[in-house]
Amino acid sequence: MADVLHHQIHAASDHREVDYLSDGRGIRDWLYTVDHKRIGVMYLFFIILSFFVGGMLALAIRLELLYPGRTIMDAETYNRVFTLHGAVMVFLFIIPSIPAALGNFVLPLMLGAKDVAFPKLNLASFYIYCLGATMMIGAIISGGVDTGWTFYTPYSTSTNGAVTLTAMGVFTLGFSSIFTGINFIATIHKLRAPGMGWFEMPLFVWGIYSTSVIQVLATPVIGITMVLLGLERAFGIGIFDPRIGGDPVLFQHFFWFYSHPAVYIMILPGMAIISEVIPTFSHRTIFGYRGIAFSSVAIALVSFIVWGHHMFTSGQSQLINAVFSFLTFLVGIPSGIKVFNWVATMYKGRITLKAPMLFAISFLLLFTIGGLTGLFLGSLSIDIHLHDTYFVVAHFHYVMMGGTVIAFLAGLHYWWPKMFGRMYNERLAAISCALIFVGFNTTFLTQFVLGSRGMPRRYYNYLDQFQQLHMYSTFGSWILGAGFFLMAGYLLASLRGPKNAPMDPWGGTTLEWQTQSPPITHNFHDVPVLKHAPYDYRNIPQGEA
Amino acid sequence: MNEWLRSTLPIVGSEHARDIDTFYFFVFYLSLFFFIIVGGLAVYFPIKYRLKPGETRRSAHITDNFFLEMLWTVVPSLLCFVLFFWGFNTYLAAFTVPNDAMEIYVRGRKWNWTFEYPDGMAGGGTLYVPLNRPIKLIMDSEDVLHAFYIPAMRIKQDVIPGRYVYMTFTPTVKGEFQIFCAEYCGKDHSGMLAMLKVMDDAEYEVFKREGPPEYKTMDPKLIGETIYKTRGCQSCHSLDGTKGDGPSFKGIWGKTEQFADGTSGVVDENYIRQSVLEPQAKVVKGFEPVMPTFQGSLRPVEINGIIAFIKGQK
Repeated sequence: MADVLHHQIHAASDHREVDYLSDGRGIRDWLYTVDHKRIGVMYLFFIILSFFVGGMLALAIRLELLYPGRTIMDAETYNRVFTLHGAVMVFLFIIPSIPAALGNFVLPLMLGAKDVAFPKLNLASFYIYCLGATMMIGAIISGGVDTGWTFYTPYSTSTNGAVTLTAMGVFTLGFSSIFTGINFIATIHKLRAPGMGWFEMPLFVWGIYSTSVIQVLATPVIGITMVLLGLERAFGIGIFDPRIGGDPVLFQHFFWFYSHPAVYIMILPGMAIISEVIPTFSHRTIFGYRGIAFSSVAIALVSFIVWGHHMFTSGQSQLINAVFSFLTFLVGIPSGIKVFNWVATMYKGRITLKAPMLFAISFLLLFTIGGLTGLFLGSLSIDIHLHDTYFVVAHFHYVMMGGTVIAFLAGLHYWWPKMFGRMYNERLAAISCALIFVGFNTTFLTQFVLGSRGMPRRYYNYLDQFQQLHMYSTFGSWILGAGFFLMAGYLLASLRGPKNAPMDPWGGTTLEWQTQSPPITHNFHDVPVLKHAPYDYRNIPQGEA
Repeated sequence: MNEWLRSTLPIVGSEHARDIDTFYFFVFYLSLFFFIIVGGLAVYFPIKYRLKPGETRRSAHITDNFFLEMLWTVVPSLLCFVLFFWGFNTYLAAFTVPNDAMEIYVRGRKWNWTFEYPDGMAGGGTLYVPLNRPIKLIMDSEDVLHAFYIPAMRIKQDVIPGRYVYMTFTPTVKGEFQIFCAEYCGKDHSGMLAMLKVMDDAEYEVFKREGPPEYKTMDPKLIGETIYKTRGCQSCHSLDGTKGDGPSFKGIWGKTEQFADGTSGVVDENYIRQSVLEPQAKVVKGFEPVMPTFQGSLRPVEINGIIAFIKGQK
């Protein structure tokens, strides 16, 4: 058990001290803040806003696909809408979601630190994110982009629309991501509480550490790729367009050299949250701490050498295809180890099914489907059939949404009392979790079948034989939407109540639960000293349920 | 279960497709097995070990188990090796071209496909192939990336501008099969469709001589329009009077044209036929002699179609 000095616990629970939310309420106090908690909350606001925008675009896509042919928009609008859905969800929502919002808030608390290592760099990262987001919104207003979020050349170098501005937006957002990564690496190396060795760190920290390494090493590649794309469009320098001497497949290599590791920038933090939530609500120590910690690092390393599996039909050599197929299977193993360890953690636990745990169980089911359908796509000959069909769309939604987004929701519900000092309505949270689970599966299970039957992705119109499944998928998207609107309702409603959350509402063992909810501006009165590894429940007084 | 699973895959058009389906079934059942284990326990444990009222929270302290952890590292690794080799072998088989393959050249452009056959004939919209004969498609693109996808054959290949790629298949089932463009290519990406028609040898001989069977029932004007759109006529000859590299077809029928060599003549059946087969013979004054010949690559029925089509351009 990690512990702060005892008299402070009592001091904190007897009367509430001025917390970080009340410490300066002016707009300047927020805009100039270097407090990691406030920066985390500001990130959270914009990330949820981006998710809302991306989500509305998704509902529009599904509505259009209810019937073949025109339903609510024309083909050119549809192409812009699915491009924006992908770009907003990937670059503005999911990449920064867990690290920049929840990670920023929780990581220093978990380490027992006052703040991140470079608080000003942290604020800079936030403003760069805002700048990049503004550029992307500017691109939408000035004509939109219809290239798909992958910007494949030579279509992207020849189409009209604000491709260059969007590419520069992505370039800018990359710096925000790099700054966050550098900051977290330095923080984890230098600011751990006394007594906290590497194997006494919470597993969330291991996950975020692995993510940060990928962010720092891979993001520059997407940056330079976007610059080259911009140069080609603006000055006609032949890099990717074969008509002026370029190679379109080169773009795909550059793009996926970042964007495949980026998949792990998205999922590793999700796995990190699940590694916290499951032991806390099982009131049991984590099973296979080292296995989970090392598998995060293994995933981070192997993620750099599997990008070619996005290109099995691209015309790259057959030998290269074989090598990438092999490596792809390799990267599946550590993810499997994690899943088995999480399930084993519940064995002989004392499980309470609060909202974060319900989301964590949803995650286990959905992420397992996402991972297992990856076996079809990693198998070379099957991928030749399934590549660029709805099977792939369903697969990555199971991993990104069923995995990362559901884990983000688990984390949001887990740390909500810590962030805002309020409890939300548990019953509504359970209903929302059920709606999202049912809606999600209705939307995307159908898409596996659409894809295996041969329905290509990014199709505005489709053959009549696919109509029924598309219709079910659209119905699912409405259930999914209802779940999210309900969630927005009860979370916002909770903010109107008094700050009534206890210091440790769930019985967590990590350091963030050893300070007031919401924490004081400097997190802890004195530097906390770690006495036990995380998830050790043996020395915690265990009351009755 | 098998029946349902088969219904989630497209119809089978070749032996390769059957092999892929067998492999697909294997991966499906393997995944189902693991999903039942993991998903089952993920649901069962929270019910079984739920904290009951009156119970203390004291739980078992189990930090790890070497045997179990090795088990779920080694077993999935071995299974992944199996999947890799199975996938690799069937992939190599799918891309190995038999020696006697018939070569057909496929060209993709926004937003249609054209096919050029070994005898010099060409067409768009439908790819005609003989049954049981290995086919090698040699493909490239005129503009952006496309992908040639025949679900019934379980094969797909991106088509790239400035570079030839190939794919191969041996159709073993007669019939018509859907072809999609699977790589996003802009506005009419979802309309970039074609059909694959697999014919027996007798039917194929007739096709080679007389063209697609549909010609028999098609309005000649429509045949001409298809040729006009898919064989490159439209890039030089407009239909609205705009001057291109060649004269516009608008109102050209029956007109008396001055030729570059000083002679003149009326645009009639013979003139159009001659212009298609020997385009340099009588070039209209003011145009460069740049049109290629279509000698040997258009059937008589197709030339008649072009004549009928031009007749209709008032």
